[in-house]
Amino acid sequence: MTAAAPSAAHKAKPVSDTDTRFAWDDPFRLWEQLSEEERLIAEAARQYCQEKLMPRVLEANRHERFDRAIMDEMGALGFLGSTIPEEYGGAGASYVSYGLIAREVERVDSGYRSAMSVQSSLVMYPIYAYGSDEQRRKYLPKLAKGEWVGCFGLTEPDAGSDPASMKTTAKAVDGGYRLNGSKMWITNSPIADVFVVWAKSDPDGKIRGFILEKGMKGLSAPKIEGKFALRASITGEIVMDDVFVPAENLLPNAVGLRGPFGCLNRARYGIAWGALGAAEFCWHAARQYALDRIVFGKPLAATQLVQKKLADMQTEIALGLQGALAVGRLMDAGKLMPEAISLVKRNSCGKALEIARAARDIHGGNGIADEFHVIRHVMNLEAVNTYEGTHDVHALILGRAQTGIQAFG
Amino acid sequence: MKILVPVKRVVDFNVKVRVKSDQSGVETANVKMSMNPFDEIAVEEAVRIKEAGAAEEVVAVSLGVPQAAETIRTALAMGADRGILVKTEEALEPLAVAKLLKAIVEREAPGLVILGKQAIDDDSNQTGQMLAALLGWPQGTFASKVVLQDGFVEVTREVDGGLETLKLKRPAVITTDLRLNEPRYASLPSIMKAKKKPIEELTPGALGVDVAPRLEVLKVTEPPKRTAGVRVNSVAELVDKLRNEAKVLP
Repeated sequence: MTAAAPSAAHKAKPVSDTDTRFAWDDPFRLWEQLSEEERLIAEAARQYCQEKLMPRVLEANRHERFDRAIMDEMGALGFLGSTIPEEYGGAGASYVSYGLIAREVERVDSGYRSAMSVQSSLVMYPIYAYGSDEQRRKYLPKLAKGEWVGCFGLTEPDAGSDPASMKTTAKAVDGGYRLNGSKMWITNSPIADVFVVWAKSDPDGKIRGFILEKGMKGLSAPKIEGKFALRASITGEIVMDDVFVPAENLLPNAVGLRGPFGCLNRARYGIAWGALGAAEFCWHAARQYALDRIVFGKPLAATQLVQKKLADMQTEIALGLQGALAVGRLMDAGKLMPEAISLVKRNSCGKALEIARAARDIHGGNGIADEFHVIRHVMNLEAVNTYEGTHDVHALILGRAQTGIQAFG
Repeated sequence: MKILVPVKRVVDFNVKVRVKSDQSGVETANVKMSMNPFDEIAVEEAVRIKEAGAAEEVVAVSLGVPQAAETIRTALAMGADRGILVKTEEALEPLAVAKLLKAIVEREAPGLVILGKQAIDDDSNQTGQMLAALLGWPQGTFASKVVLQDGFVEVTREVDGGLETLKLKRPAVITTDLRLNEPRYASLPSIMKAKKKPIEELTPGALGVDVAPRLEVLKVTEPPKRTAGVRVNSVAELVDKLRNEAKVLP
């Protein structure tokens, strides 16, 4: 018996610890929670973004240039309006897939993700959801291919978090409407072919959406210079001076703020994934830098202060991605809850900004050089934390949802 | 013409490979896997030939664990028309792979088999050659250019000191080198379409192939760590070290 025991133990298949090996960069095995199709989409997106977007972002950001060809490339890959049904030129993909793409694009740059989100959620979605069938057929296939670039005009110089106070008006005239007013901080506007603009409209003064096209008389879109965030994406104003918009360009199925908010919910959901992609880049870069950088004779990563920062980054990203996935699964099941989207948008952006700042700190002096990319993410995330509902405004949405008391004003 | 493209599921090239604690192999549990990059080039070449109108069908085949279906799905998303998965839990050696592929070639009767020159996991660089030998077909290995001609295929290969061009009678086996093409990115619509393309499942038994390993792995170890260099004080010392320590000089 004493002789047999070791031999039997030797023959038995060794109990392997590899089955439960912890992957530092995917602690909750997000990858295995995705379907085969979602994994293929995430992989294709990652390949494109790392091989085609990453090499040009440094110069684009440094010189504040947006490469228009990116819209064509994203269009060819089906990234624009990916959730729109195939018959209108979309891919009919799930919201989880859309989120995974946003994460990969923003891992490179929030500006590129902004360009994609605006086209997908703020231009194609409202035309699909609130537009007539003629409008869908006219605009969606070209927007999906990237042949046309779209922009979304809601925010005004004096109406940001409080869009109901907008000043842009649409007066009913013979055959259509006449629009007057100006919109501010509009992603893609200087290069846009299609403008989805929200205005207080006749006959009842309620907010309605209009599709404007480049070249309409009185319509201009000057570029905003000198941004310190999202420099790789182009931002401008929309100025409307007595712009005549034919009646068939009114979005027939949206009245009131419900219209723009329906679009913003989808864009905010994409941001919840995207911001974490940027955070992941910063975390991985900080980890590698801390491993490589020798200070006082040992790697920076051998210090408790740095390890604590890395653990915080890992924790927030892993938890945040689970939240984004949960909301995506709900949306794919047809259960869209704007408050849940507020929760993940706010959480992802706030946490991503903190992570990017800490990653910049770990990088020391190199952290401010654009070659290390982290400072670019810090600057971008300042904007991402602010646009599409600031961190604080989303807190008020969540506060209202649980107390029943509105505290905006 | 039909083109058969064998595709292998391997540890992703970005993953830092780790040796299992019992030295029986490398860790693959919970490790990101993807299609062997040389096989991606093979799929791309086959799809391009089809798009040029010189082939009617591209069939992707993978051998191994059930998850290899995902590798086939990647090929389908790149433009292959259907897949064949030969399921086995056995670790397959190149000879077993070549025998299985031969059995599939006999069923499918393709005009070309295009596959990676090697897989980035074991780097064997044997399967294509063995397959050609078992089939008695001509082979063009390390292809950097493939040109179809009537009944033939011209394969340019990168050899030491230049390029060699072979003219092979079809059917033939071609293995791909890195410079043959740049594989496309799968687009979302093509990924969605790939979902609907069929994957047939087979087993080695059904194909009548014995895949039992012929080789025994004694142990797998990490390469030795590089040690720090030393500074020499003179040319004489350098030459002495090169001659007597490194033994690279006579």
